[in-house]
Amino acid sequence: MIRILDPGPQTTVQDLGRTGQMRYGIPPSGPVDRVAFVLANRLVGNPDTAAALECTLLGPRFEVDAPGAIAVTGADMPVTVNGREASRWATINVKPGDVVKLGAARAGVRSYVAVSGGLDVPLVLGSRSTYLRGRLGGVEGRALRKGDELRVFAAGDVRPRRVEPRAIPDYAGVAPVRVVLGPQADRFTGDGIRALLEGPYQVLPQSDRMGARLSGPRVEHARGHDIISDGIALGSIQVPGDGQPIVLLVDRQSTGGYTKVATVCSCDVGRVGQARPGQSLRFHSIDVVEAHRLRHESDAVLGAAVREEIA
Amino acid sequence: MRFLPAGDLAVCVELGEEISVEVNTRVRALEFLIQQKGLTGVLEMVPAYSSLLVYYDPRAVAYEPLCAAIAELAPQATTAVLPPARTVELPCCYDDPALGFELEAAARRLGLSTDELVRLHAGAEYLVYFIGFTPGLPYMTGMPARIDIPRLDTPRTKTPPGSVGIGGIQCCIYSVESPGGFWILGRTPVALYAPDASEPTLLRPGDRVRFRRIDRAEFDAISAAVAARTYRPVIA
Repeated sequence: MIRILDPGPQTTVQDLGRTGQMRYGIPPSGPVDRVAFVLANRLVGNPDTAAALECTLLGPRFEVDAPGAIAVTGADMPVTVNGREASRWATINVKPGDVVKLGAARAGVRSYVAVSGGLDVPLVLGSRSTYLRGRLGGVEGRALRKGDELRVFAAGDVRPRRVEPRAIPDYAGVAPVRVVLGPQADRFTGDGIRALLEGPYQVLPQSDRMGARLSGPRVEHARGHDIISDGIALGSIQVPGDGQPIVLLVDRQSTGGYTKVATVCSCDVGRVGQARPGQSLRFHSIDVVEAHRLRHESDAVLGAAVREEIA
Repeated sequence: MRFLPAGDLAVCVELGEEISVEVNTRVRALEFLIQQKGLTGVLEMVPAYSSLLVYYDPRAVAYEPLCAAIAELAPQATTAVLPPARTVELPCCYDDPALGFELEAAARRLGLSTDELVRLHAGAEYLVYFIGFTPGLPYMTGMPARIDIPRLDTPRTKTPPGSVGIGGIQCCIYSVESPGGFWILGRTPVALYAPDASEPTLLRPGDRVRFRRIDRAEFDAISAAVAARTYRPVIA
């Protein structure tokens, strides 16, 4: 069990998300930064699907009541155990009574805390993920509060592991975000598409797990901003009448009636979700075949990212 | 039919560019066929008015072969393949201005008495084209042309769940408190979205919906039964 002493502004339980519910209007939820989430689980010997914490901007403080391991990945939040600094992107062994604290993020927005065994909250529609707007899943469909006690599934011993430095994402980096144009790129003017691909766009503070709201050059529509409502994919860049893009994330609405100029590639969606308010983003257009190649490459990096430490 | 890439994990299959029963039936039939055939790599689908968003696993299938497999199924996607539709009866209270707070204004705008508007609205059978926007919210048509009304000029910021609204040729029922641009004629006490229930959403794409006119006393009684989890919606 872990006991929440201080929850931080928005700490939720997430697993890899729900499938099959979007046709009923329920989004997948799950971690905004899937790669960081999966790595946290692998560092403590969990399956990728185990439930862990997603912490936003400022981490929680919690007490551990059993021996085990934890790992912290994602946004650069300083970690201490009983006041002593501990490594991120690495297995941390803990014993009963240890108090773990995550500080304020210095880069990125969301960090992940995995606990060996995985968090034991009820499965709702096949997933432990919290969907805050729908009050569904996780702990009573809400963010964690002071005093919450989360059960943890039993786990064996974990040999210390570490994420290879080259596999650790650079959240403050300026590498362009890759997008595939469409599904409604033909509803924008040539100048509108050029504006999108030249940028830059600043992330606005109103961004959340539903979408990253951006501000920058106007993405001009060719003929109106409304379409017959259709499904919204992960990373869709929706452009309402004001020409300012919104990148839709894991808690997105399942369908919508605004034009979508492009879709952020799955390997870069986490980086968009980790961009801090005020941080700049630039977009670069590629085709679907290239996007798949990048995805396979990023899966390969992920597959080789965790190494056991040599004593 | 057009295939529009929606990033590297989904493709939008567009079957038309209009809101019609015919196109939407093909969308739902295509979803059903893909599900039934278990097309390799398909993870999840979201039907909408005239398109089907197909989520896939790019490790299991590449873009072109997936589109080709879908294109091959499309000609068979007709109403004949769909299982029989369910009909869901939803009690609706139109008689209290606190619930149907735009009934009078909508009737005035349409040049009808409130009673005529209610009779026309409650007398129709609606088809759920798809569910979207918020959990369990149905996009429906089936209204008589006489009550076709433009959406509100200024959308309201909060609409209570259960509110039954009309706008254009569409009828919708708000499932959670949300902004809205439809004229609210009444409210159903039945929960379209109940996060604590084992099946949190009530309606499905392709359902038929009928409204049964109830008074405020019955609205309150059903509301209490819904809260106590003893209410069972009438589904045929």
